[in-house]
Amino acid sequence: MTGKNKALIVVGTILILLWCLTPVAWIISLSFKSQQAITNGSPGFFPADGDGAGWQNYVDVINDEQFRRAIFNSIGISLIATLLSVIIATLAAYAIARLEFKGKKLVLTLALVIAMFPVVSLVGPLFDMWRAIGIYDTWLGLIIPYMSFTLPLAIWTLSAFFREIPWEMEQAAQVDGATSWQAFRKVIVPLAAPGVFTAAILTFFFAWNDFVFGISLTSTERARPIPAALSFFVGADPFNRPASLLAAGAVVATIPIIVIVLLFQRKIVAGLTSGAVKG
Amino acid sequence: MAAIEMKNIVKKYGDGFPAVNDVSIDVADGEFLILVGPSGCGKSTLLRMIVGLEDITSGDMVIDGKRVNDLAPRDRNLAMVFQNYALYPHLSVYENIAFPLRLAGAKDDEVDKKVREASKTLELDEHLDRKPGNLSGGQRQRVAMGRAIVRDASAFLFDEPLSNLDAKLRGQMRTEISRLQKRLGITTVYVTHDQTEAMTLGDRVAVLKRGVLQQLATPRELYENPCNLFVAGFIGSPPMNFLPAKVDGDSVELPFGKVKLPADKAQRAQGKDLLIAGIRPEHFDDASVVDNPDESATFDATVDVVEWLGNEAYAYIPFEAPPEVQKQLTQLEKDLDGESMRTQLVVSLDGASRIQEGDNAKIWVNAAKIHLFDPATGENLTVDAEHAGTVPSDDAMAKAEEAGHAQDDVHVTPEA
Repeated sequence: MTGKNKALIVVGTILILLWCLTPVAWIISLSFKSQQAITNGSPGFFPADGDGAGWQNYVDVINDEQFRRAIFNSIGISLIATLLSVIIATLAAYAIARLEFKGKKLVLTLALVIAMFPVVSLVGPLFDMWRAIGIYDTWLGLIIPYMSFTLPLAIWTLSAFFREIPWEMEQAAQVDGATSWQAFRKVIVPLAAPGVFTAAILTFFFAWNDFVFGISLTSTERARPIPAALSFFVGADPFNRPASLLAAGAVVATIPIIVIVLLFQRKIVAGLTSGAVKG
Repeated sequence: MAAIEMKNIVKKYGDGFPAVNDVSIDVADGEFLILVGPSGCGKSTLLRMIVGLEDITSGDMVIDGKRVNDLAPRDRNLAMVFQNYALYPHLSVYENIAFPLRLAGAKDDEVDKKVREASKTLELDEHLDRKPGNLSGGQRQRVAMGRAIVRDASAFLFDEPLSNLDAKLRGQMRTEISRLQKRLGITTVYVTHDQTEAMTLGDRVAVLKRGVLQQLATPRELYENPCNLFVAGFIGSPPMNFLPAKVDGDSVELPFGKVKLPADKAQRAQGKDLLIAGIRPEHFDDASVVDNPDESATFDATVDVVEWLGNEAYAYIPFEAPPEVQKQLTQLEKDLDGESMRTQLVVSLDGASRIQEGDNAKIWVNAAKIHLFDPATGENLTVDAEHAGTVPSDDAMAKAEEAGHAQDDVHVTPEA
């Protein structure tokens, strides 16, 4: 690579990073300003003298009972939805990648159709159904739609990974004395681990970031997740929304995502299958 | 340890593709059997039926006196080495070798003892903690073998285990496998398309074509007494020469002249019109380096190309073949995965021969070694039946031809 190319790549990367991270930086900056300063108008990136609120906004947010409850809901719902979705998707994708069965195309097509369905159009019917069967405003009421909407992507991602794993791996395991289930658990799943974690991250993102279901299928803090809770975060004065508090809340809501990505990223070691077969 | 009996094994795929057709082979306890044939001959399919990775359409697979047709691979107690090794990349070499033992629920100290024993045999001691991804091809091959020998399997099955190694390593590993098998004395079935491996490793060799067993015999029997054109052309390198021939009394007319035949050979070929004579390159020589060449067994020919290799030299002599023979030879060449460019005679000369390119040379032929084939059926008319091992039937080639047509009707032959 020539020096010129390298320079261009560096410049491009910096531009993209600026584009992506400026709003984040702005939110962080806001979260450290006092409510007073924002009402008065405080255009600087760094809080002016006397405008800074220090960690006060964060302390307020964390001490807020509603907010804590919403964080708990979000983490619980997203993790359960992710876990279930990944388990089901792993089994389904394995079947799709390995077995010849009637209706295989149908399953794949249906999965795609579900993924293409606009979320908003389902909110009405789901609202009615959930109230009728009594899971409105519960964790389950959110876990089910999150699972259904993330399953297609997870299945497609994972079946691609499974297809990459040579058949011989499994046959070798069977000859070595493994049952089909043992071969799947001890050989196939470890090899597909990067795929499993990719699917898990995608599912978790979807569940964590969802707003539409979160606000329409809940009514109290029993099950309301963070994105919905933030929108109810009006503070004392309804005409004067506590922008700095909201900013602090948004930052706190972002932290679990970052933690999860960092944790999972270590597991996504591409090229894990290298060395399985001739090379 | 166990004997493996295959009785009338047939494999027909769901789409009607007949991969293996009525093959019966008995592998004795401790025997090293080779399944050999060009690609698409069903040898790998047959091996996978033994181990249980393919269903058997009809026939009986009997291992150690027990019919195993309906047993899952894990219940057959066989060890297999795959063509691409199929090592588990997420496990260390140690755990790869230990895998079958762990599945069997062996205790840790027993696992350790057996793994170390196997790794010592295969000289893998310093690699035990590494992952397969960091090993060379030959080391991976040895790990795959370690996984096979670590447990007390009834038999070893090898599916072209050396085809991914480079030539030098292949030679070494071939000797290694042979030594290992002799030491362990375990029944082994080995699939290969490489006839050098077939000849050097096997106690007996089964030659397959289009899923039909052609001949089952020791390497020497196959070489000296091929039962038909296909086996004759497949075994030997450079391959046997096929020449149009006409037998007249006790002499045979070849494109280069008449040669006197031994009486019994001439006798068997009486009454046939056009035949194909099969003569191995080493059964010719430069008449000038042969002591007292019999005048009735020499002919003059113009040498086109000479390849001198030191200990010997190959001389190429082109000839014209009549169309009916030409057709059979072209088909044969196709069956053997080759492409015939021209009909030519390959003659192996003594290294001392002074024949040059373009020379008109006097060539001597060992008439006692000539085989005569019927061009219609491909059958060897001069075969010594007592020393030809098992020949399933006289028309094995015709059956293979038939099976081939059935295969082509379904789809183009897959890479086997």
